[in-house]
Amino acid sequence: MSDTTVRHRSPMAAPRSFVWSRRIFLTLLAGFVLLPVFVMVSSSLKPLQDVQGEFRWIPSGLTIRPYVDIWSTVPLAKYFTNSVIVAGAATVCSVIIAVFAAYAVSRYRFRGKRVFTVTVLSTQMLPGILFLLPLFLIYVNIGNATGIALFGSRGGLILTYMTFTLPFSIWMLIGYFESVPRDLDEAALVDGCGPLGALFRIIVPAAIPGIVAVAVYSFMTAWGEVLFASVMTNETTRTLSVGLGAYANLNDVYWNQIMAASLVVSVPVVAGFLLLQRYLVTGLTAGAVK
Amino acid sequence: MTTTATSPAEAGEGRAVGKKTPGAARGKSRRPGRIRRIGLPYLLLLPALVLELLVHLIPMVMGIVMSFRELTQFYIRDWGSAPWSGFDNFKIAVDFDAPVGQALLHSFFVTVLFTVLSVGLCWAIGTAAAIYMQETFKGRGILRALFLIPYALPVYAAVITWVFMFQHDNGLVNHVLHDQLGVTDKPSFWLIGDNSFYALLTVSVWKGWPFAFLIVMAGLQNIPKEMYEAAALDGAGLWQQLRRITLPSLRPVNQVLVLVLFLWTFNDFNTPYVMFGKAAPKAADLISVHIYQSSFVTWNFGTGSAMSVLLLLFLLVVTGVYLALTSRGRKTADV
Amino acid sequence: MSRIRAAAVGAATLTLALTATACGGGSSSGGGSNDSPKTLTYWASNQGASIAVDKKVLQPELDKFEKQTGIKVKLEVIPWSDLLNRILTATTSGQGPDVLNIGNTWSASLQASGALLPWDAKNFDKIGGKDRFVESAIGSAGAQGKDPAAVPLYSMSYALYYNKKMFKDAGISKPPTTWDEVVADGKKISKNGKWGLAAEGSNLSNNIHQIFVLAKQHGADWFTADGKPDFTSDGAVAAVKQYVDLMAKDKIIAPGNAEYAQNQSLSDFSKNKTAMVLWQAAASTFKSQGMKDDEWGVVPAPVQSGAPGQGQNVNSMVAGINIAVFKNTKNLDGATKFVKFMTSDEESKLLNKTYGSIPPVKAAQEDPAFNAQSTGVLKETLAKSAAPLPQVADESQFETAVGTAVKELFADAAAGKPVTTESVKAALTKAQQSMPTK
Repeated sequence: MSDTTVRHRSPMAAPRSFVWSRRIFLTLLAGFVLLPVFVMVSSSLKPLQDVQGEFRWIPSGLTIRPYVDIWSTVPLAKYFTNSVIVAGAATVCSVIIAVFAAYAVSRYRFRGKRVFTVTVLSTQMLPGILFLLPLFLIYVNIGNATGIALFGSRGGLILTYMTFTLPFSIWMLIGYFESVPRDLDEAALVDGCGPLGALFRIIVPAAIPGIVAVAVYSFMTAWGEVLFASVMTNETTRTLSVGLGAYANLNDVYWNQIMAASLVVSVPVVAGFLLLQRYLVTGLTAGAVK
Repeated sequence: MTTTATSPAEAGEGRAVGKKTPGAARGKSRRPGRIRRIGLPYLLLLPALVLELLVHLIPMVMGIVMSFRELTQFYIRDWGSAPWSGFDNFKIAVDFDAPVGQALLHSFFVTVLFTVLSVGLCWAIGTAAAIYMQETFKGRGILRALFLIPYALPVYAAVITWVFMFQHDNGLVNHVLHDQLGVTDKPSFWLIGDNSFYALLTVSVWKGWPFAFLIVMAGLQNIPKEMYEAAALDGAGLWQQLRRITLPSLRPVNQVLVLVLFLWTFNDFNTPYVMFGKAAPKAADLISVHIYQSSFVTWNFGTGSAMSVLLLLFLLVVTGVYLALTSRGRKTADV
Repeated sequence: MSRIRAAAVGAATLTLALTATACGGGSSSGGGSNDSPKTLTYWASNQGASIAVDKKVLQPELDKFEKQTGIKVKLEVIPWSDLLNRILTATTSGQGPDVLNIGNTWSASLQASGALLPWDAKNFDKIGGKDRFVESAIGSAGAQGKDPAAVPLYSMSYALYYNKKMFKDAGISKPPTTWDEVVADGKKISKNGKWGLAAEGSNLSNNIHQIFVLAKQHGADWFTADGKPDFTSDGAVAAVKQYVDLMAKDKIIAPGNAEYAQNQSLSDFSKNKTAMVLWQAAASTFKSQGMKDDEWGVVPAPVQSGAPGQGQNVNSMVAGINIAVFKNTKNLDGATKFVKFMTSDEESKLLNKTYGSIPPVKAAQEDPAFNAQSTGVLKETLAKSAAPLPQVADESQFETAVGTAVKELFADAAAGKPVTTESVKAALTKAQQSMPTK
């Protein structure tokens, strides 16, 4: 499709046909993107009989009841807290560990480097379903042996998610660190900083966009994961991605509440994401794309 | 992308790091320094290594071990006692004359077709949008933010909204297609039957294309303006600039993007699971849910593991071939 | 290159070594003990309108139990979508609750896994004896000839609920008792956007419940006496075809029902869109959806001819929830005491009243409350014309294979594709071949 519709930018004035094709394409695309968002917002404000009956663009009445009810139908606040803790901790840990690993790979020469990078990256291929049960067994065994409760706890989930995002994060950061001129950290080393000093004083500040991009990616992955969360959590540690399903489990499908709850849990994430998007593009520019 | 990561042969261990190892700058005389220099990279890698071992590699090996055992409800309580079954699980999985094998094969083909279409569409839409938005125009910032919303929405929220829209009786899709536009002579089913494939594809593309958009947009920023200016002076039109500068410059980006999208889409569990639950319709029976059903719903973890192992082998081969092909291509194209 | 290979071999060896230790740990802890006599964990299934409702119902009872015995019960209410997975992981790891609710159709599967405490005569004596319970309910607590794996807690049966107003509008004076009448009445009602009967075409369990009963009525069973799948008998094929034909041929089920899996048929019923629904204990749902008690009626589920009874006149499965003790419990005595408490006459009455189900405890059934309109029919059915679903270890495979086949057939019917005896038989043959061979 791109063959016929895509025209290239010109440094000078864009031809009229290009501008028009752009308008049409982007308008259609915006419609496609926004349609579910519109449905989500409007349905969350409709009374139950509206969302259970035939679809209508204009609601018969507006109500904020769903936004009140969602908190009592399902312990949404608790799930939300769990998700914030799990996704937040997984992100922080994953980023720190990825920074160390990427630093080692991009600045040092050592035996087994290739094995490391190839192995780590190839874990991206693993189908989650293959190691769901084994991982679960390992956590239980660790729990039995050491008393550290990994299964059913937020800790286990954090550990799982941070590892999920490690490969992509390490790989992105390697790219980003390599784009930071070596002269900079070498100068720091000559000035008497240790290797870690060079990392934290020179490389990390220079790589902030890349790190933000990685952090956003990690957070999003942890926030939306369903499979492991459904098996590895219990009532007190359940996260949103699974917990939201509870609205559909009742005797009645409260579509307006589902939409309201979805919207409530989406708004902070989307807002944060959009605030950080500037970093994201620059971060990816140097990291993924180098 | 980094040369170290995906095409190690090309980069070697030397070129990327060269003689510029920070340690080297500190002189070679002091022994403790030397030990530290050798030990430090390993120390830095240690946390990542431990996690990878614990969460990815050991479970993977255990999964492979499980695939050689008869792990049904009779043995799950103490799976060390499950009898070894040799290649029985694999035989069941690849016996394409019997329903289990047939269903797996069917699911595999569905997944391949789905992945190819989804990745292709995500890439095409993402690239087109990124190229259209390369140049500033009024409202570009807002539009860009808007386009990232599908990527930022939590999977559950996004998919369940689509399910709501795809309902047969009360959904928006049928309301528009049937009631308002009259495209179909009766309301279609989107969540069951053959159309479920297109429904799933739509959701997947909707969620996936912004990632392609983001990456391509980042890639475009790396193309120096001067290249376009020079081309424009040579009289190259927009189309020519696109073919001669933009697309070739995006090649390394695309190489990684397509691979990552492929692996993520192929292994995606969240979308089909939220959309169809534990029993996906035949036309949209993606392999991840299929294996989930084969192991968790029917309590046969041995066969389920065998299927996962086969899937893993397939992905290994595809990725290997892909990397070999694209890195050779890259050398000749000399980016 | 060789260096890499060496490193890879090293890594693999390490991994294997670690794996061996990880497996060695296993879930070896065997039977129960009494190491922690003061606490219990209880996994309850979601019986009420929501998890919050269940907690409100159960917590006061648990407090009562604590007062009597000094044992504190930690309650977790688990949604149905998660319950089996949670039990499965608990079984695999040995880390689970002390006491748990299970769907009674899972009894034999879970029994086969050995995860649940067998209720032999000695254990039954601790809770007042096997005779306290209705026989059919005990029959759905484990495979025949083995000690039950659980104790019946709530019982339910299917009945035909009908919308009085819609019947009146269509000029029907009396609710149907046979399938022919259901179809005839349904045809009178099914016009102008209204439909005769509801179905949950994408809900595998519900499909199974319906075709199980229909197969009985055609004189067929889904499993042979020695537990082998037998999905392709004429009776089984006829049963599935009859069920799907309600949509395909008789057109008394709305095509849209083919994608229902979340009780949408109940809200169609209470919104006067569908006139009949076959359901178990739907009264409280109708109420919560704003339907008054006198707007609907309930009669025994239909049979092919004659009156409901045993044999070919079975008109319901024995539906229900069982309560079980997890074998790995660290508080065996406490767990048994808790089961005794939950199945005591008094609690059985109270909880079953709240949930609109029938007590499987004979003495509790005597309570006049269970003869009310909403539950009288269910009780009657349970006592006279209900049969337990096949109690075989492969029950969940059966539900998946055959339930999916019915779902696909409904999808065909909804899309206007023909559903013939051949296509039904082909689908069932496939389902049978995908069952485990051992």
